Amino acid sequence: MERVLLDDKAIERSINRIVHEILEKNQGSKNLSLIGIRTRGIFLAKRIRDKIEEVEGRVLPFGILDITMYRDDIARMKASLEVKKTDIPFDVNNMTIVLVDDVLYTGRTTRAAIDAIMDLGRPKRIQLAVLIDRGSRELPIQPDYTGIRYSAVTEDEEVSVRLQEMDGQDAVLLSKSL
Amino acid sequence: MRDLSREEILLLLDTADSFRDVSRRDIKKVPTLRGKTVITLFYEPSTRTRVSFEIAAKRLSADTINISAGSSSAAKGETLKDTGKNLESMRPDVIVIRHSMPGAPHMLAGVLDSAIVNAGDGSHEHPTQALLDLFTMREKKETLDGLKVAIVGDIIHSRVARSNIFALKKFDTEVTCCAPPTMLPPRLEELGVKVSHRLEDAVAGKDVIMMLRIQKERGGASSIPSIREYSSLYCLQESHVKEAREKVIIMHPGPLNRGVEISSDVADGPYSVILNQVENGVAVRMAVLYLLSGGEG
Repeated sequence: MERVLLDDKAIERSINRIVHEILEKNQGSKNLSLIGIRTRGIFLAKRIRDKIEEVEGRVLPFGILDITMYRDDIARMKASLEVKKTDIPFDVNNMTIVLVDDVLYTGRTTRAAIDAIMDLGRPKRIQLAVLIDRGSRELPIQPDYTGIRYSAVTEDEEVSVRLQEMDGQDAVLLSKSL
Repeated sequence: MRDLSREEILLLLDTADSFRDVSRRDIKKVPTLRGKTVITLFYEPSTRTRVSFEIAAKRLSADTINISAGSSSAAKGETLKDTGKNLESMRPDVIVIRHSMPGAPHMLAGVLDSAIVNAGDGSHEHPTQALLDLFTMREKKETLDGLKVAIVGDIIHSRVARSNIFALKKFDTEVTCCAPPTMLPPRLEELGVKVSHRLEDAVAGKDVIMMLRIQKERGGASSIPSIREYSSLYCLQESHVKEAREKVIIMHPGPLNRGVEISSDVADGPYSVILNQVENGVAVRMAVLYLLSGGEG
């Protein structure tokens, strides 16, 4: 059983709103940069970058982060996860970095991402943008920009984000896991 | 390398590619293997490999302990198995071993629960060397398939040659081994490689030339009348490099014996990737340690 929490139009509107919130909160795009967390965070971050280019007329520095090396559950895994490339081709020092992910859940991915960025330098600030905040945090982490907040997810339900770039459609879905 | 599949090799190389970036940053450390313990147990001399493993482990935040034969209980007559059992009682996660006896790591893996990494066992195999060689070839040539590789030198005693042959033959490569007949093992062709006795012929048209030193500690020098005669025939010179493909890369696992198997002009020349190999060695070993440490045994 699947329920659509956000359809393609709603996702576009959410991203548009997030873009304006980012520019409002940071008073423009000066020293602003975007880092997408693998895998779907990359595509969301790219969409945000493109929208900001439309509004501000400039292309923000853009990076890709793979958090596998910084996970807190590596020692407990049965098999090793594949480590993919991190590619942050700009100096993070003194930057305002907007970290972009699809789903915010326990907050552990965000913790890992913050640690990973800190190992690259000392950004001025890090902000967090997510398409859906599904609640059930295990760490004191809150998003700065949220597409939709939906915390009524029960343990046997799964929130999944589908994006055109890799799934062929845009949707945020709530499904019962079997 | 003999038992690894093409897919497993590619996973290792891709993982190494991600880990190499860690070594190029200001903060050369990630917390991935925090709380893990890696012991390097070296019964043969080594600088490159031992330091490479130690740096790899440290950059992953594992704790490392180095043991070399001269300073260990092996000098007091303890067997390898007993040494292994005793070390395991201290609960390491990975034991990296180099030993002059072929199969020593395999034997240890059978009696211990820790993950065992072969860092060179006699003239048998040196898997992480082959992996870093393949990594370097792929980095410089973009793909392994289609490569023509010459491996020149003391093939019969070389674990580097064996591991590279096993690994390269998992890909669509043409491998030519070149040495005097006394330095080539019998029935080498059965591994799917070509055999040549003339350096000029072996290097012609090649994408990769890998030079090997004479393994004096394994009796390599007794295969030839004299070092001088050997070097007059098998020392890689600029003139040979010109016969190879235009963008040939020159490799050597080290240590170099300048003027014996490779001239200084070539070793320090523009086609040499010898120091890239060393850098990539750390990345490959990080990948090996990471992939072996994943999971609860």
